[in-house]
Amino acid sequence: MSSDLRPPTSGNDEVLVKVEGVSKKFCRSLKKSLFYGVQDILSDLNPFGNQKSGAREQRSEGRDQRAEGHPSSAADLRPGEFWAVNDVSFELRRGECLGLIGRNGAGKTTLLKMLNGLIKPDAGSITMRGRVGALIALGAGFNPILTGRENIYVNGSVLGLTKREIDEKLQDIIDFADIGDFIDSPVQSYSSGMQVRLGFAVATAMEPDVLLLDEVLAVGDAAFRNKCYRRVVSLRKKAAVIFVSHSMEQISRVCDHVLTMSGGRAAYFGAVAEGILRYDQLNDESEQAIESFLSVQPPITSFSANLPSTRLSIWEPLEIKIHIKSACALANFQVRIYFYNISNGFAAECRFEAKNQEIDLSSGESLWSITLESVPLKSGMYWLSINLIDSHGDLLVWCYKQHAIQVTGGYQGSSADCLLQLKEWKQLPDKWIVRNT
Amino acid sequence: MELPVRVYSPESPLRHPGQLLREMFRDLLASRELAWRLFVRDTSAQYRQSILGYVWAFIPPLVASLPFIFLNAQGVVAIKDTSIPYAAYAMIGTIIWQVFVDALNSPIKTVTSAKSMLTRINFPREAILLAGLGQVIFNFLIRLVLLVGVFAWFKITPPATAWLFPFGILSLIMIGFMFGVLLTPLGLLYNDVQQLIPIGAMFLMFLTPVLYPQPEGGLAGWVAQWNPLTPLVTTTRDWLTLGATNHLPGFLIVSGVASALLFLGWVIYRLALPHIIARIGN
Repeated sequence: MSSDLRPPTSGNDEVLVKVEGVSKKFCRSLKKSLFYGVQDILSDLNPFGNQKSGAREQRSEGRDQRAEGHPSSAADLRPGEFWAVNDVSFELRRGECLGLIGRNGAGKTTLLKMLNGLIKPDAGSITMRGRVGALIALGAGFNPILTGRENIYVNGSVLGLTKREIDEKLQDIIDFADIGDFIDSPVQSYSSGMQVRLGFAVATAMEPDVLLLDEVLAVGDAAFRNKCYRRVVSLRKKAAVIFVSHSMEQISRVCDHVLTMSGGRAAYFGAVAEGILRYDQLNDESEQAIESFLSVQPPITSFSANLPSTRLSIWEPLEIKIHIKSACALANFQVRIYFYNISNGFAAECRFEAKNQEIDLSSGESLWSITLESVPLKSGMYWLSINLIDSHGDLLVWCYKQHAIQVTGGYQGSSADCLLQLKEWKQLPDKWIVRNT
Repeated sequence: MELPVRVYSPESPLRHPGQLLREMFRDLLASRELAWRLFVRDTSAQYRQSILGYVWAFIPPLVASLPFIFLNAQGVVAIKDTSIPYAAYAMIGTIIWQVFVDALNSPIKTVTSAKSMLTRINFPREAILLAGLGQVIFNFLIRLVLLVGVFAWFKITPPATAWLFPFGILSLIMIGFMFGVLLTPLGLLYNDVQQLIPIGAMFLMFLTPVLYPQPEGGLAGWVAQWNPLTPLVTTTRDWLTLGATNHLPGFLIVSGVASALLFLGWVIYRLALPHIIARIGN
């Protein structure tokens, strides 16, 4: 990864997190993994041993090797091992927020655990400055039998707060958790949402310099999620934040740049929009076994649709050419086109009555050109479903996800799929302002 | 204000022993408050969901000694004359022994139950051990009531050396804790260790003069003589009941070696935990 990908910073040069060529290996087989664990412990106990020097020497040989993309060679792996995190580097300053995204098993949590010092990297180094707060799991250390109030003290000191600090923040924490009289009941009587509220309230009370968040905003009700989100944004001003989430909406709301991970490697590091695009691409690549079919009912005997291009700029018209064969003439039918996003949600749809367009389907072959004015969707991949429905509501043609288009040019970070276009924005004369006196 | 800096790298911390030592003692200091919280948490939770409550602290030494008191009284086993009534002798022995067993069990038990915390939060790892140590001492203090009861019942007057008794107890806690801490890394990876500890402790009790005075001569005498626990158990009991003890040199040597090994166990524990957490995952 070259440093020119780094987004411009706000001028604050206080680097709080520095990650240099960090790698970590894991093993899929439990028996082997435990045995390797014993080996690792023994090699750590022997400071003059050279079991790990292979990886280190390679690293010290210089950056040229890393640039080639084979920094952690297979030779370093024992049988059954793989790189869970492979040669990841980045820097983070105070006030910055890095979104860590990637598919399940991409190495996000492992990286976070290394940053938090829970596990050791197998290669590279991590430098952390200041107090580190981590919300890798909320409510770790809660004892079910003790009351919420008692647990605040325990959990607070686990996170590194002194009794005085907790005393000072107690009311704050209780207010934020907002669980009412339950605060003096045993935690085992809490709903899972309440436990999360309390855990988040305690964990964010510590005002860290570096804050690590692992998918913690995915829980709780919408109101509490918003409250958490505001708390994170306010913590962000004083801290460097690393935020793991599968919600691209949250990522684009909170983060100023992203690290997209794939198979342990950094697939992209930089601006949020491109990072999310890269993440979407990674998701597309895995969607090999996508469900897709074409079903045709009589009187229709054959149907094929054709898109001139698989890429479309956001405000560009989309033309679809349709070649259709019918056994008899058909009037009064409807064409529906659906756009599905990556997560299989409906992004957009349109319906046209044939008779309104003065189209009749005659017996035999026909060729149509259907043009949509534009596809105002946020950048990404969309699957098309083209349906033809007769006046009884029967599905004569169902062409499901046979076509995909890549919409480009829109703002990727947007939360909604559909982007509305501005018609005009102008200043009106001052005299039009109605003043209530 | 200068921010604290932490560097994580694959290098063995033993390459910088000075730094390792500084970190160890810094963390030990930093863990006091957390250890106290965890201790209070565990102790108050331990007996909150229980009917018998603190009585449970009395039960293990009683259960261990009562059969022997019974068998000896029935003449099934013949234990040679003890300086005080055998029932008192056996109960004092098992109370002393139980503190060793508690200390032996404590590290692996507390660290295992803190697994979910260890794999998610970075806090001074010493806190868990200290909290466990606190519980060992706390449970012993409860058993002290039983001990006082035994002395009152059998009308035994403790000798002048009784004030040394706490040192004997501390030494037993140290050696038990030492074994416990040394076994913890392996015990976290493999359950076998946890299966082995109670069996081993039971086995060890019969080889140690807990329920019988130290045999002289023969294989039993040889085993008792070379068993490092003999001087600790005997000296502690002698201080409390006899006054004079002839095991003091052994006591001092074993205590010294145990404290050195305990320190080694602490170093290994620190080095091993990140590797263990990586292996046991969530």
